[in-house]
Amino acid sequence: MSPVVVSETMSPFLRSYLTVVWFGLAAFLIAGLLLGISALIRPNKPNAQKMLTYESGVDPVGSGWSQSQIRYYVFALLFVIFDVEAVFIFPWATQLERYAGFGLIEMGVFVAILLLGLVYAWRKGVLRWV
Amino acid sequence: MLAALLSEIPYWGQSLLRVLGGLVAVLLPAGTVVYLFLFKMMSFMQSRLGPMEAGPYGSMQLFAEVGKWLQKEDIVPDAAAPEARIFKLAPLIVLASTFLLVVVVPFGPDALFTNFETGIFYALAVSSVSVLGILIAGWSSANKYSLLGGLRAAGQLVAYELPMVLAVVGVVIQAGTMNLQQIVVAQNTGSIFGFDGVGNPYVITQFVAFIVFMIAVQAELTQTPFDMPIAESELVSGYMTEYSGFRFLIFFIGEFATAGVFSMIASILFLGGWGVPFSWFGWTTIDSIDNWMNVGGPLILFTKMLVLVFFIMWIRFSFPRFREDQLQRFAWKGLIPIALANIMLTAVLKVAF
Repeated sequence: MSPVVVSETMSPFLRSYLTVVWFGLAAFLIAGLLLGISALIRPNKPNAQKMLTYESGVDPVGSGWSQSQIRYYVFALLFVIFDVEAVFIFPWATQLERYAGFGLIEMGVFVAILLLGLVYAWRKGVLRWV
Repeated sequence: MLAALLSEIPYWGQSLLRVLGGLVAVLLPAGTVVYLFLFKMMSFMQSRLGPMEAGPYGSMQLFAEVGKWLQKEDIVPDAAAPEARIFKLAPLIVLASTFLLVVVVPFGPDALFTNFETGIFYALAVSSVSVLGILIAGWSSANKYSLLGGLRAAGQLVAYELPMVLAVVGVVIQAGTMNLQQIVVAQNTGSIFGFDGVGNPYVITQFVAFIVFMIAVQAELTQTPFDMPIAESELVSGYMTEYSGFRFLIFFIGEFATAGVFSMIASILFLGGWGVPFSWFGWTTIDSIDNWMNVGGPLILFTKMLVLVFFIMWIRFSFPRFREDQLQRFAWKGLIPIALANIMLTAVLKVAF
């Protein structure tokens, strides 16, 4: 019935991720099923006006893929930096009890450097969305 | 008998049954109730009755809605036709992101789908999948409004993902674990300076993180103070402009469903999740909890979720919209430094006490 083969030696860790697969499939199957039902009963009467790109009721000007200024690519770079830092902070956060003062100082230095980066970007005027 | 029957089924079958049972028995009725609650709440805030026709007191509104939208024509504009396949796929990706979020939510001591050791990490990772769906929708629509809306949404979700992640770190420091089940237990067995009457819900000790988290949730959901991506006065409805029929409904319901799931995760992190303070019933560990909590737990979690959803919607209907530059400034110059300071303060206090 299903091509998914789960061997007895598969670790519980991987096994629990099977549920994730089911949920992902469920999302697509439920939506797919309803869209399928919809395809059977909905009308389909296209005409030129209906298939026109919507631009507040007037005829569209130029291509829909018009050029626009992508302002947030610097934000995106900053985001990647901070997100990677977060990956380092999480394991430290779970083990803080064990590392105590040492870990605290280490992370203090780490976060201070991180904040310095943010202040640098701030001073450079990168954090302005204009 | 049932246990013997279950052990006959291979593991993948068991987990499939569990998922199907959970979806049909828990999430479908939950969705119906939340949908009605939200619609009634919004209506009362605007001095109107809200849904009244479908079923008693409008209780079948969700099904009426689905029935109605099923009959609507599914239009793919000619300009979007070259990208029709991904145009049609985009709403499903947003929906899948919401579904995948539910996987880690613990509903009771044994009522859970999975028990990941890094549960909260998984939740944060999966929640950002919806950005892909929104970007795809914005790009493939071949519409200027959609494109701008998609780009704005991506910029906003990227900016508010960080305060959210950093706010969660405060909770992880206090609980000492990323497992959502253990975070719940830690809150309900905890005590505040020796007083264990209410456990230790982190909304008290991590109040700053809670506020930052809820603001970030509001922004991730693109609800009103942060709804630049779908600002109807300038972008019609942003990345959803070209969608019609059932695909629009998927976006629309996905928005409410995600609000519900995020509220669940927030109530697990900050309000004690499915638990009541264990000291009330003389429980000490998760194994000593009475079985009725597997039924009571989901209801408790549900109540807490409704409270948080109420706050999200209340703010949505009370505040005007941010401007795009204000929105970015608020995240980068306000929330992120606050969240980082909160992490260090929490860490110092944790080590000191």
